[in-house]
Amino acid sequence: MTKEPPNPLVEVNRLRKHFGEHVVLASVSLAVARGSIVSVFGRGGSGKSVFLKCLTGILVPDGGEIRFETNLVNGIRGRCSYLFQGNALFDSLTALENVALPLEQTTRSSKRTIAKASREALKNLGLEEFANYFPTQLSGGMQKRLALARALVTRPELVLFDEPTAGLDPLARNAVFEMIVQYKQEFGFTTIIVTHDVPEALAASDRVALLEEGRICFEGTPTEFASSTDPVVRGFSDNISSLRTSLGRNSLE
Amino acid sequence: MKRLVQAVGQNSLATVAGLGDFAAFTSRALIAARTARGLGDRWIRAVHEQGVRCIPVVTVVGLFSGLVLGLQGYYVLARFGSAGVLGTFVSLTLTRELAPVLAAIMIIGQAGSAIAAEIGIQRNSEQIDALTTMGIDPLGYLITPRLLASLIVFPILTVAFVLVGIAGGYLSGCVLLGLDAGVYWSGVHSAIRSEDARECLLKAFVFGVVTIAICCHSGFTTHRRVGVSGSRAVSVSTTRGVVLSCIATLAADYLITSFLV
Repeated sequence: MTKEPPNPLVEVNRLRKHFGEHVVLASVSLAVARGSIVSVFGRGGSGKSVFLKCLTGILVPDGGEIRFETNLVNGIRGRCSYLFQGNALFDSLTALENVALPLEQTTRSSKRTIAKASREALKNLGLEEFANYFPTQLSGGMQKRLALARALVTRPELVLFDEPTAGLDPLARNAVFEMIVQYKQEFGFTTIIVTHDVPEALAASDRVALLEEGRICFEGTPTEFASSTDPVVRGFSDNISSLRTSLGRNSLE
Repeated sequence: MKRLVQAVGQNSLATVAGLGDFAAFTSRALIAARTARGLGDRWIRAVHEQGVRCIPVVTVVGLFSGLVLGLQGYYVLARFGSAGVLGTFVSLTLTRELAPVLAAIMIIGQAGSAIAAEIGIQRNSEQIDALTTMGIDPLGYLITPRLLASLIVFPILTVAFVLVGIAGGYLSGCVLLGLDAGVYWSGVHSAIRSEDARECLLKAFVFGVVTIAICCHSGFTTHRRVGVSGSRAVSVSTTRGVVLSCIATLAADYLITSFLV
């Protein structure tokens, strides 16, 4: 374990969430430095998505506190964007309308300014020529890029990614992580990524955390994670490694 | 016995909590009209969804209701030598009772079910959560325009139902059965008073807000359905929305009639 970053953008202390008798988050504490990329690993059902939903206020935590820029908040809204696992695009709106939606609803910009900003966002992600397509007419990777365009169009300070590479092939997975790093450098937002793709996330992140049994049991740099002797971290890494080996894709190195 | 009392108590508490949740949902959606952005465009879309698309079904049902009323009314009234009051009978029956109730049930079947299913799918695919994370009030964006649309659509379609129904009564009573047209239209003209029209419009307003709010609430709370999830939950929400709306329409009809008569 390493010490917390000074002046974090997001600070979570002893966050708790349970559904009935099932405790999902027992006590999660995590600090995220401004401008950094933090990846949160964990087994399926370990509560990674619940953690992100508590951060945004979609789910109400049962206890603990969330601080954004040192201010206590019920959920970070408006100043953060959330990329849902299933993209959560509005299927009855075109790609351009999807991107324009947050600007139309949360700013007082003119229609022309909104249209220009939305087209710019689509252009940045290589979707300009698909502006009038509906999300269902786009491929999985393009939908992911469209969701990212919608997330970035409001220039958020924090972007939360929930399994951004779920269901994508290895090439597309790499492309998504490259895209996250590239746009993070370009726009300077802070990023929290929840993912199973350990190798790609280790390469892209400034810090990583491992969520196990409702707690953050490891938090540190990717190098510290890779060299950790902690049995829980090793167990998690070895599982991923052996799975990849058995799939003939021993690319963890 | 203890279990029975517990079950009744739990169900009663759940019903009260559900009613409270529904009341809060509806009032928050109406209050959101003050702050919702781009409401005009979405209101027009909602008017089209509930109004324009329902015109065929409402007019067809209105026509057949009038035809049946004309037929039944003529034969029953003729037995007492009162076939001349057919216009009064058809117009009052439609204005006071049949038009508001049947038009509401037709709109529920056509638009209410579509609304519950659409919002339920949006809930399932996390589109509503996406609105929340973008800082957009889901009630103001999804529900408010539909509630405001119901305020104008239900009265207009109810009036259309009355007019087409009266024409249907004329067709069966006068054209098919030979009643004098002047007698029929004179009965219609003298029967409908301003209080009847007011009662008809009041019912249409109330049915509109209540039924569309129920369908919206049912779709919006799809994730709370117990024991089902995914497309099955959407199906349950849609059915629940339609059934509760129909019951609410008839219950509200009884209450309004009992206060006004």
